[in-house]
Amino acid sequence: MHTVPQTEKPLVTQKDASSAARFTHSVWAIVWKDLAAELRSRELLSSMLVFALLVILVFNFALELDAQARATITGGVLWVTFAFAGTLGLNRSMAVEKDRGCLDGLLLAPVDRSAIYFGKAAGNLIFMLIVEAIVLPVYSVLYNVNLFIPGLLAVILLGSVGYVAVGTLLSSMAVQTRTRDVLLPILLFPLVIPVLIAAVKASTGYLQGMLYADIQPWINLLIVYDVIFIAVAFMVFDYIVEE
Amino acid sequence: MIQVHKLVKRFGLKTILRGIDFSVAAGEFVALIGPNGAGKTTFLRILASLSRPTLGSVQIAGYRLPAQAASVRSRLGVVSHLPLLYADLTAEENLRFYAQMYGLSQAGRRITEVLELVGLAARRGDLVRTYSRGLTQRLAIARAVLHDPEVMLFDEPHTGLDQDACQMLDTVLRQVAARGRTVVMTSHDLGRITGLASRIDVLSRGTIVASVQCSQVEPDSLPAFYRQALAEA
Repeated sequence: MHTVPQTEKPLVTQKDASSAARFTHSVWAIVWKDLAAELRSRELLSSMLVFALLVILVFNFALELDAQARATITGGVLWVTFAFAGTLGLNRSMAVEKDRGCLDGLLLAPVDRSAIYFGKAAGNLIFMLIVEAIVLPVYSVLYNVNLFIPGLLAVILLGSVGYVAVGTLLSSMAVQTRTRDVLLPILLFPLVIPVLIAAVKASTGYLQGMLYADIQPWINLLIVYDVIFIAVAFMVFDYIVEE
Repeated sequence: MIQVHKLVKRFGLKTILRGIDFSVAAGEFVALIGPNGAGKTTFLRILASLSRPTLGSVQIAGYRLPAQAASVRSRLGVVSHLPLLYADLTAEENLRFYAQMYGLSQAGRRITEVLELVGLAARRGDLVRTYSRGLTQRLAIARAVLHDPEVMLFDEPHTGLDQDACQMLDTVLRQVAARGRTVVMTSHDLGRITGLASRIDVLSRGTIVASVQCSQVEPDSLPAFYRQALAEA
């Protein structure tokens, strides 16, 4: 017969580690869990990637562009692609938590709930960056545009951080509803308009060879947006996920 | 161990819980029974700090909810009809993840112990998506007892289990109670809770309408007691 194992000493070592270390440990555990699960299922990355590649292919066939036009519209096409593919990933990432009650499992853990937000956001950012890392060379070949400009890559990183910061927060809200697939883009796109505008303007600036001084206001806007929405998410995530 | 005073929960205009007073002593095993829609799951979700009370106070192990929720959570184990497990991770990976979230020391040893407890040691490396409903629920129990909680909350844990899995769950429930852990379990099934609980409370339309110590009634008279409690509610 099985017996419930007795523990020799209290198992929970919350007081042993500093709260910052516990917080970081929990964030990393969630990121590891998301990466390990995705490595097995490949549901999230494959859907994001296929969708992103289809979007740039459709644009490639739909638009016949000369070199100057390509430099003008590339920023827009790239960010439309990232935004749509990102929405798929955000929806799926939270749906996995909700469908088998795993979100409750996370919420029952004795950690600051913002650690759950940062863990999920970091996982989503990694998935988005992987998709972007694959889309960029494909786009470069299809459109004959060099996208490997350090400034442009920094803009993509900043834009992705802002997009994921808001998207993770809203997807944790949308996932509680029956219409989550529809609700997330409806909530998300109006809120990320500043990120998309700033990212498109800054990207186009780099592709057109503009001076950094002309691009800087858009980069500043991206940085401010990222900081504000990460701070807002840190403060309100607990209330959003609790009934 | 658990003290609830005039607990009210509203969702919009709908009142689910209507001023519940409820207390459970340390080591007591209380079964909460009632019809569908009585508010059992809502009540348990508030005790588990997954939902905030609209009015009233809740204290578990001396900590107030929701203000001291993190302290309460480290002392709680929860089993519901959903497994709270990741289908694309193995049993061991799931438990290792939760061990990290609970900040457990000696996680490896503890994981082996709880997997042996629920009879899943041989399948620790299998993906949870390959488990049957019964095996998944066993693993859910292993997850819930992983951090050796003082208070266990079971929300209709027998739902969807076959006879063998139900018996295994009953064995674990008895052992948890025998170790002096405090248990609150919701159920529809009077037959299942007989012999497990030390007290039975009947919840109907958001209030506790009757309470009885199991030692004071014959198991055969429990159905009549339940029907009468609902009729008088």
